[in-house]
Amino acid sequence: MMQRMLSVWHARNLEFVRDRSTLIFTILLPVALIVGMSFVFGGKERPLFKVGVLTQTLDTKAHPFLSERFVDFVALADEADAVRKVSRHSLDLLVDVKQPVRYWVNPSSPKGYIVEKLLLQTDAAAHRQPVSGDAVRYVDWLFPGILGMNLMFSCLFGVGYVVLRYRKNGFLKRLHATPLTAFEFLTAQVFSRLVLTVVVTSILYTGIASLIHFHSAGSMLLLLGLMLLGCLSMIALGLTIAARFSSEELVGGLLNLLTWPMMLLSGVWFSLEGSPQWVQWVAKVFPLTHLLDAARAIMLDGAGIAAISTDLIYLAVTAVAFLAFGAWSFRWRVE
Amino acid sequence: MTPPLLEARNLVKKYPGVAAVTAVDGLSLAVREGICFGLLGPNGAGKTTTIEIMEGILGATSGEVFFRGAPIGRRFKEEAGILFQKTALQDFLTVRQSITMFRGLYSRGLDVDEVIKLCALEKLEKRDTRKLSGGQQQRLLLAIALVNDPTLLFLDEPTTGLDPQARRNFWELVQSIKARKKTIILTTHYMEEAELLCDEIAIMDRGRVIAQGTPRNLLHEHFDEVLLELPRQEFPEGARSLPLKVIDASDRVEITTNDLDGTLRTLMDAHVPLKDLRIRPPNLEDLFLELTGKELRA
Repeated sequence: MMQRMLSVWHARNLEFVRDRSTLIFTILLPVALIVGMSFVFGGKERPLFKVGVLTQTLDTKAHPFLSERFVDFVALADEADAVRKVSRHSLDLLVDVKQPVRYWVNPSSPKGYIVEKLLLQTDAAAHRQPVSGDAVRYVDWLFPGILGMNLMFSCLFGVGYVVLRYRKNGFLKRLHATPLTAFEFLTAQVFSRLVLTVVVTSILYTGIASLIHFHSAGSMLLLLGLMLLGCLSMIALGLTIAARFSSEELVGGLLNLLTWPMMLLSGVWFSLEGSPQWVQWVAKVFPLTHLLDAARAIMLDGAGIAAISTDLIYLAVTAVAFLAFGAWSFRWRVE
Repeated sequence: MTPPLLEARNLVKKYPGVAAVTAVDGLSLAVREGICFGLLGPNGAGKTTTIEIMEGILGATSGEVFFRGAPIGRRFKEEAGILFQKTALQDFLTVRQSITMFRGLYSRGLDVDEVIKLCALEKLEKRDTRKLSGGQQQRLLLAIALVNDPTLLFLDEPTTGLDPQARRNFWELVQSIKARKKTIILTTHYMEEAELLCDEIAIMDRGRVIAQGTPRNLLHEHFDEVLLELPRQEFPEGARSLPLKVIDASDRVEITTNDLDGTLRTLMDAHVPLKDLRIRPPNLEDLFLELTGKELRA
């Protein structure tokens, strides 16, 4: 029995080691994950309060309050947007340290109540600007993230593995013998997955929204349009991976290499506000970040098409670019 | 003069790398319209590479393929039907759904019902394609190759792995397709299949055509002898010194001669038992072995 197991074990090891591309990704993926997570979760302990400061660049010497410990001070230039964040409880307090010092606080926010005391200890003359608005529950904030993550997995893996299987079992080769072009094949795959994902996500949205008593503040039609563009972009991204490779392990590794950073950096679970600027720039590369930013803007803030136009354009451009690259690099058969 | 339906000119296919291989080495051949053309050769002779270049799905290193006198292009794919050695279909689809899907890829062709009837798939049309036997699977793949009512049909080793009944059933189908005046290019390892179906054959070895013509003409060109077969155990060792061309073939000896009466007399004079003697004309298998040798190919 041992001899039989050893024979199979040895042969499988040879197969694995000789598949160089897979071997490299098997080593690279965990290293990339460790490095990525150390940047996102590493560093100092998280502060207790988050306070916005109306300024272009943060200068802690501008006011004694800005030297308080356990407070995360975030520089914000857009006053209206910053006040909206206070009303939504995503900032505990907003302060403008130019004289006369003004601050905005939501009286219904418990953390706002405490951080206000801290401010008044250092500057009793600061002028209070009360802001009203219900807190955005974490579940409301998380809701678009979970839907977006589900959509991302469905789009990337659903198309990537199917095309790979078709190539490996010779079905693509058979299709190549017909007048079907690579572009026609890929477009059919994209739209099949698009319809499926949009229907499933819509059902999930309706079901979960009724469970957590959530009502989108913005247009449902705009949300649907955004979902279509987001799906298109991510399906096309999956196709760029599946366009030419024939190893399940390599394609699996590449898809993981894409999905894990997106899951951590695109704001599925937590906001990247306050994280290093370069992390936020990296996050902006991922289609999922644009999808979630725009979805939250529509669902939580009632944003219109103009407010999310940058995200819509990014998703449309990446969808076209990924699809074009996928069609260009597409291979019908195992090489 | 009418150009051949399909013509390959000086095809070369090299696979680069550490173990570089020249799979097709300056091959030229022409296929007339309305015939069944057989491409024969031992394993590794370059048959599948050649047929895939002619099908337009594999690029040649050099050389060209012409269809009706023009380089093959998009129109060719509309007019060609292909049955590969191995093809998987989409999971969870029935026989009818698979045929319908492929029918949708062509601008013209046969009605799905007609194809199903032509390939005797009526009783299987609702069956999941994963649940078909080997013979049924090949009939389905033939049906798919016929959906566009092709002018030219490629069959790459279509009966490999089938049992004798399924093989004969498939041959009948091919003969019914031949009766519809289709041009067929067939690769096969089975000489019986080539002899039965092909009007013309080309024998390939090491990437080149080494003989081409009708089976009858090729046999006539290469053999003016008959074969006498005797069980090896009935052929005395002493008889090997007789002035005869004796070849050992597994459990029997083969004697080739163009003087049948003289050879029989020589055997009788040497008291060789002749009760199990078989006399037969040479067939394609003899020709194949004569031209490509009897050693096992790597």
